[in-house]
Order: sequence, then structure tokens, then C-alpha cells
Amino acid sequence: MTVTGADQATSSASSVSASFVVPQGAVVGESRGQKVLFVESAKYLAAIESLYRDGFTMCVDLTAVDYLTHPGRSLPTGVVGERFEVVVNLLSLSRRERVRVRVQVADNASLASIFDVHPSSEAMEREVFDMFGIRFDGHPDLTRILMPEDWDGHPLRKDYSQGRIPVQFKGAAS
Amino acid sequence: MTTIDDRTTEAAVTGAGSAARITSAGASTSEGGQELRPRSEISQKELMREAGAVLRMSESAAAALSELSADAGEDQSMIINMGPQHPSTHGVLRLMLELQGEKVLRCKPIIGYLHTGMEKTGESLTFLQGGTNVTRMDYLSPLNNELVFAMATEKLLGIDGDIPERAQWMRMLLSELNRMSSHLLFMATNGMDLGAVSMMLYGWREREEVLRFFQKVTGLRMNHNFIRPGGLAADLPAGWRDDVLHLLDMLPPRLAEYEVLMTGQPIWRERLQGVGVITQSEALALAATGPILRSTGLAWDLRRDMPYLKYREVDFDVVVGAHGDAYDRYAIRLNEIRESMKIVRQILERMPSGDYRIQNKKVTPPPRGRIDESMEALIHHFKIFTEGFKVPEGEVYVAIESPRGEIGCYIASDGSSVPYRMHVRAPSFVNVQCLPHMMRGGLVADAVAVISSIDPVLGEVDR
Repeated sequence: MTVTGADQATSSASSVSASFVVPQGAVVGESRGQKVLFVESAKYLAAIESLYRDGFTMCVDLTAVDYLTHPGRSLPTGVVGERFEVVVNLLSLSRRERVRVRVQVADNASLASIFDVHPSSEAMEREVFDMFGIRFDGHPDLTRILMPEDWDGHPLRKDYSQGRIPVQFKGAAS
Repeated sequence: MTTIDDRTTEAAVTGAGSAARITSAGASTSEGGQELRPRSEISQKELMREAGAVLRMSESAAAALSELSADAGEDQSMIINMGPQHPSTHGVLRLMLELQGEKVLRCKPIIGYLHTGMEKTGESLTFLQGGTNVTRMDYLSPLNNELVFAMATEKLLGIDGDIPERAQWMRMLLSELNRMSSHLLFMATNGMDLGAVSMMLYGWREREEVLRFFQKVTGLRMNHNFIRPGGLAADLPAGWRDDVLHLLDMLPPRLAEYEVLMTGQPIWRERLQGVGVITQSEALALAATGPILRSTGLAWDLRRDMPYLKYREVDFDVVVGAHGDAYDRYAIRLNEIRESMKIVRQILERMPSGDYRIQNKKVTPPPRGRIDESMEALIHHFKIFTEGFKVPEGEVYVAIESPRGEIGCYIASDGSSVPYRMHVRAPSFVNVQCLPHMMRGGLVADAVAVISSIDPVLGEVDR
């Protein structure tokens, strides 16, 4: 549960010093006291593998956010925001520690699947594909999971509005 | 061929023909690519990749697990559906099972039949209204859902350290009672699934006693929306202590009855022991939490290992199994009811007096009486219930231990009064992934026992 690691003095750019081996190319951030790692999509799989070797053996959660209508979100320097963000919550049982990996994914871009490292991501990646349309390369069975197979669109995208079937009122305009 | 044609034309003439209805009903359950594909259509590599990844072994080693030869023809195995409408699928869970005789070779859960877009709905409800949405996900432990949503909101607001003592103890009381009611219902459904039908009546009866207390406290049996960001909706009613004591006095002899009815019975043990076995490495690879992970002998409980509320200050044991089978999961849940009762007794002794919600005018609505006296109170009341309170930009993930495992809430806020994105990490959604691995090589007759031992809530799986 201790947030700080061995060296607090070296944390210059990031506000939280990491008690784990930071994967190459990752930017360490912090959100309300929780550790966040920003990883480029090309180095995503390698970062997850590195964290796995470092003890983060459980992929508790994998989800995504569509930042289409909130482009000016605050990100640490060196991280370029894209439309989608895949958020992976990893847990180390031995150290009782969590870390959150955030990957920027552009529209129509795909991301490597972490299935071979964390098989628990099978259903979660399918859910993200179903809800956001983000493709995961190397996923064994990337099909829709919650919506019907022939569904049109990805419901949790911000440009997929609620109540798509217009409600008609008698005598009203349009 | 001609006879079929004749029949369809006849059906068309008579209107709603039975043949036409059957074909349309069959088509409506087709999910195309989501379904379990027959062996002839998939390569051996694909077949073994998933099993191998979970078991952390090579593809050839995983292939050795399958007792059916790689070139097995279609005639050796068949794929059948279990569900979506089946009395023991706990909702609308559909399992496609590949059987060889009575042995299950492969299994694939197909979900989504209860999907109502609750995460999308959550993006249009304010942080105050959000509780009404999340409480309906895992409808057997609504208070835990509300708790995790409230805690995530409080962390975003930066008030998670200022929640009054009494509110925290009250939350713990409700959370533990909810764990008891959920596990009591598990006792009922598990008994019913395995043929101990009278157990169903006893389990529901005891659960109802707990729900009666919830109704007295929150006004509703389920879907309470009682735990809210900043505290709780109301204080405990007069006489709550006697009601809880009544529950604590009533339950131990009833649990002893369960032991007589189920635990010691040779039939019960035969049905559960060695059924649906999952190893610790499999459970970790599949991110299974709660009683499933604990049944493999790993003592992992967020209440103890990453304590929240006041769990650091109460004394309780984390119940673990040894074999990872359905019997262990049953025994763990039965004993967790006892552990929860132990916690509730300590809460009764230590419940402090004080406020049940934070006194932060921007978050907590003013008391009704103040609205008549104070202009500011009226404005705050109006603002909170129309516009809601604004939550600073940021994102958090908060997790607690629900009866089914780790329930987490990920909220991203853009600084407005509704979550930009609200995601619930549902324990059942992840735990259902264990089904193919628990069922592999087992008997189809045990499928029901295995589903039941996972204790999934489909409202939470599909959200």
C-alpha cells in the first residue's frame, strides 16, 4: 500500500516515484494518488510484458474511453492525446499494488492484444471492440460480445448518440 | 422435399404456421461469429491457443490435455446449446457445449442477452443520480455497487479522506449485511441447482429477513440508491440495533441447519467435490477474484489486503479452500456469512455517533428544514438536484470486495456534473470466463453445478 518507492528525490517530471521498474518509453503520471503509466501504442505490449515480469501478474480490468468531445484533457508532457484511450488496470498481488496503463489509440488504428500475457483480457478486449470499435491484433476471437452480431455501430463512442431511433410526436414538426 | 414445400405454403395460407414460427425462433438466437464453431472449421492451433495461454504451457502440451484426437470427425462430438433460457443459468446465460458422449470437450459462454447499455446510461446521469444506475447492475449486492461508485466519485472530488466516521461504519454495516444476503441467496440457488429444492425455500427465507432490514433502513428491498457520494441518504432508523441483533441471533441456528442439510450429506459432497476444478495459476491468469480465487488456496481479499472504509480496524478471517472445486466455493461462501456476522457484531459495538454524511454544501443537499429558512440552502438544493455538483477533471479506479469478487469503478470526468465515462469492472463478467476451463473434461451433468458455483449475476455480466 505504500505509494512511494525507494527514491523520492529523483521524481522530477513525474509527481509520483515508481516502486516498480518503469517500462521503456513510459511516462509516469499520477491521478488522485493512483499510479498511471502512459505508454505509446507501439510499445504497449512490451510494457505490459515488462510489468508482468515485474510482478503485475493480474490484468484486473481493461476498458477504453472515447475522448472525442473532450479533446483538451490534461495529459503529462510528452504524451499526445488521441481520440481513444485504452485503460488497463494491473494488479500485483505480492506487493498489493495497482498500476494503470493508459494507451492513446487513434481513430481507425488497432492495438496489440495482450491475450498471450493476460488471458483474462479475452472478454474485456472483445467488449472494448464491441463498444468502441478498437481492433486488437492477435486476439483469438475478436467478435462482438454484448451486442448482436449484426449490430451497426459501436455504442459507447461519443458520436453514437442515445435514442438513435427518433421519437415521433403526433402533429409536431419534424 | 415436396412435403416440406406443401407445409410451408399451407402455413403461409393459414397465417401463423408452426413450421414458420419455429424457423424464425431458431434464427433469433443465432449470433453468428460469437458462437462456438465446430471443430472442422477451426485449426488445432486456434483450439489450443486459448487453453495454452491460460494454463501457461506450450501449444503441444495443451493439445495433450484434449483427449479427443486432433482429426476427430464431426460424428465424434456434437455442439449443443444450454440456455439462454434455462432454469439454472441464473438469468440469460447461453452456453454452447461441445460434447463427446457425456463429456464436455469445449464450452463457450455467449452473453449479452441482458445488455441494456448501463455504462452509456451512466454518461447521462449526474454523479448524484448515478447510484440509481449502478445499483441495478449486480442486483444481488446493490449496496456494494453503490459503495464503489460513491467511493470513486469521492476520490475524484478529493473528499475521500473527509467522510465522517459514522458514515464509514454505516457503509460497512450495510456492505456486510449485503454480503450475507447475497451468499444466502447463493445457498438457495446452489441447493436448487443440485436438487436440494427445499434449500431454495430456506435460503430465500433467510435472505428476506436481511432484505426486510434493508427496507426499514433504505425504504426498498433492492436497488436502494442509499449510499451516495459524500455519505448516505439517511441515518439509521430507531431500533436498528435490535433488528441487527435479531438477525445475528436468528442466523447461526439456520446456518447449522444448512450444514445438516448439505455440508455433511454424502450426495451433496459427491455432486460437488472434485467438480469444476480450477488451479491457482488458471484463476490468476483469468483474473478471477472472490470465492473462486480463494477456493484455490490463495488468501486474497481486498477487505484485508487493500483495506478501505474501516476494515483495518475489525477482526475477521479470510476463508480459503484447498482444491479449487465447487465444494470449496460452497464452503467458502457459507463460512463467509459467519465472518460477516463477526464483522457486524464488531460494528454494533463500535458504531460511533455523529454525522452520516459530509457537511460540504456543494455535495450534500441541505436538510429539508433549512430550505424554508435560508436562501442559500434553497439555491444549493436546487442546484444539486437540477444541475448536480461539478466534479474536477481526472480519472480514478476504485475497487472493493463484493460478494462475487473485486468490483471496480473507473470514472473519467471532464469537469462537468456527469461522468464523461463510467465503467464498472464487474466481477461476474470476468469470472464467467472461468467456465470453459472449469468444465473442460467434466460431465455435462455437472455443468449446472459449475455455473452455480461461479454464482454469476447476469445483470452485471451484461450491464
